[in-house]
Amino acid sequence: MFQYEFMRYAFLASTFIAITCGVVGVYVVARSYAFLAHTLSEIGFAGAAFAVFIGIAPLWGMLLFTLLGSIGVGELSLHSDQKESSISAISALFIGLGVLFLAISGSNSRYATNILFGSIIGVDKQGVIQLVVLSVIVLLMILLVQRNLNFDSFDHIGAIAHGVHTGLVGIVFLISLAMSVAIGAQIVGSLLVFILLTLPSSTARYIGRTIPAMIAWSVFFALIGVWAGLYLGFITNWPVTFFIATIEVVIYLVAYGLHVVKHR
Amino acid sequence: MILDVNDLSMRFDTKTVFQDINFHLEKGSMTALLGPNGTGKTTLIKILMGMLTPTDGSYNFSSDVKLGYVPQFRNIDSEYPLSIRAFIGLNAPLFKTKKVKDQIDHQLIETHLDSIKDTRMGEASGGQKQRAYLAQALLDSPNMIILDEATASLDPAAKEELMGLIKHLNQEHKITVLFVTHDIPLAKKYMTDYLYLNKGSIRQGKMSEFKEDFE
Repeated sequence: MFQYEFMRYAFLASTFIAITCGVVGVYVVARSYAFLAHTLSEIGFAGAAFAVFIGIAPLWGMLLFTLLGSIGVGELSLHSDQKESSISAISALFIGLGVLFLAISGSNSRYATNILFGSIIGVDKQGVIQLVVLSVIVLLMILLVQRNLNFDSFDHIGAIAHGVHTGLVGIVFLISLAMSVAIGAQIVGSLLVFILLTLPSSTARYIGRTIPAMIAWSVFFALIGVWAGLYLGFITNWPVTFFIATIEVVIYLVAYGLHVVKHR
Repeated sequence: MILDVNDLSMRFDTKTVFQDINFHLEKGSMTALLGPNGTGKTTLIKILMGMLTPTDGSYNFSSDVKLGYVPQFRNIDSEYPLSIRAFIGLNAPLFKTKKVKDQIDHQLIETHLDSIKDTRMGEASGGQKQRAYLAQALLDSPNMIILDEATASLDPAAKEELMGLIKHLNQEHKITVLFVTHDIPLAKKYMTDYLYLNKGSIRQGKMSEFKEDFE
């Protein structure tokens, strides 16, 4: 299948996306941000629809919305007493906006499907370069604050006690998360991007006992999912997103099952 | 003298936690900070750690002091994935040189956690967790350590082990200890001095002369 250019692009883009989401996901789970990641993907959907409406590439609309949204929602979810309800309210508002933008831009339903469920097969050379560059930026940002991010995510109180600037670390991470949502959505779609950001890392938590080990396992499971998903999508012509979702869920359930059996 | 506190006051809105308190700690001392629940012990500690700003007054640590701090609560649930060793290592540089690894291993031995270093923190007992918190703080090589209610949720055997360890750190490594507790019998057994914070004021003296006047 690698004789086709679009498959080569798809594999390259997916590989970088899987690495990024695998790494970022470890911190999403450690900080209990799964719900936040899901909300950001809905905000990203509105952003992509907005981009279609004003006539730019969906990726940039998504980036804009998730970046603004991550700071807003992050603040709200960290400081509000009503965090679940307030995040739900924001999700509802942005999904509504997304539907509106799609409707008034007069785009067809195929476009909406691509945004919601992903369209990795449609990535061109320029798209690949954009995704790779953005992925590398996210990974570099994480690396820059990783010592304090590790401490804050896995021992928030201890980090404060040792004088870590947890606020600054939190903001850098929210920006990384927002960018990961926007780039991850290019392959599995905005509706399912939280799969790559939560499931491989949740599975990794059952196996790894150090942060590097968890990151390695998380990236490994994310890569297995996207590579196998692309391959199965190629030979069956079924949606890649379906395979990725199913593979990640199965791996997670197996790891969870083994964990439960072991701790009986 | 390692710590000198002068006329320190703390108010939250209209509630006065304490007013014009004065005390000092000597190098190498072992002091229990006693007082009923809700009397402001943790507030005082947070001020000393620079995590809260006092309304009035001042405090000075001697210039060579290196503080270690073990806070009262941690978010470690039963599913917490990191091993004891990895947990302690959170307080080390990201890239662990041979020297850093040796330091972590040394603290594991020092706190009797070496044989269970690969156990997940979520699966460790209360006493093992407290010793891991202590080991994490010891990684900074402090010469003074503040422990906030470290024995509060421990069974008697785990309490004795932790206190023995703290006594060892004080005697062998000359670490000054400030130990927050409301367990007076335990304080009498292991600590030499006391600070008694109650109703907004503080009293200081020898632990052996401490008169119990609160529950």
